[in-house]
Amino acid sequence: MTTLSEKDKNIVKTFWAKVAGREEQIGCDAVSRMLTVYPQTKTYFSHWKDLSPGSDPVRKHGGIVMAAVTDAVSKTDDLTGALLSLSELHAFTLRVDPANFKVLSHNLLVVLSTTFSNDFTPEVHVAIDKFLTAVALALSEKYR
Amino acid sequence: MVKWTELERSTVKAIWEKIDIDEVGPQIWARVLIVYPWTERYFGSFGDLFTITAILKNDKVAAHGKVVLKALDKAVNNMDNMKRTYADLSQLHFQKLEVDPDSFRLLADCITITIACKLKSALSPQSQAIWQKFLYAVVDAMSSQYR
Repeated sequence: MTTLSEKDKNIVKTFWAKVAGREEQIGCDAVSRMLTVYPQTKTYFSHWKDLSPGSDPVRKHGGIVMAAVTDAVSKTDDLTGALLSLSELHAFTLRVDPANFKVLSHNLLVVLSTTFSNDFTPEVHVAIDKFLTAVALALSEKYR
Repeated sequence: MVKWTELERSTVKAIWEKIDIDEVGPQIWARVLIVYPWTERYFGSFGDLFTITAILKNDKVAAHGKVVLKALDKAVNNMDNMKRTYADLSQLHFQKLEVDPDSFRLLADCITITIACKLKSALSPQSQAIWQKFLYAVVDAMSSQYR
């Protein structure tokens, strides 16, 4: 389930071209939704001054996360290698429970739905869901 | 029993009013079968589900989507009584249809995504939180007779 077919990779890359230029807004919206809809995720961000939707720290973090996901889109042939140092960061320094990767992925899918509407077809949805699952797995690599 | 504020009740109803069951039901059901293909195990009698195109054109898929959304309408109108409202349906899905209750969660997520495509930014983070609380209460009620 985590092996991306060539078809999946092409669908993801083609769709992601639409995301270009809107990464920060999309990332901001995804993180805002994650914090609102799944309040338990706030526990990782108690050092932020403001956790409300669209706040400065939320926007900045959304941009950082989306930049990393966009980078992963260009490296689908070796996600484990591409995400190695990020995996170490999340495993040893941030110590984020990997269950939360799925939570953020879901909210990213919701934002892609609200932003791209009918362009976020079931075919695109399944390819992106598989891709985000593979990213989450690569990010979990160094945990244990 | 799940407690609902006035804001939550009105938000769920406001979202539901924007949904045309005949339009969105088929879309939701096709999405479930395409994104989570193992759910096809329950629909051997539906004919051709082998390709995305076939699923999108399948009349039985479309009809079933409408049936499921009509059942969701019951939850919107019985938010304080969901377990009782769905007791028979839950029993049916457990005893007769033998559906894995994890499927209800997958369906809930596809409902949210399809509605997000339709409502776009009108589905604010706060609305999404309320809508998902509602759907997970439905999932809970549908799982209640599995024992």
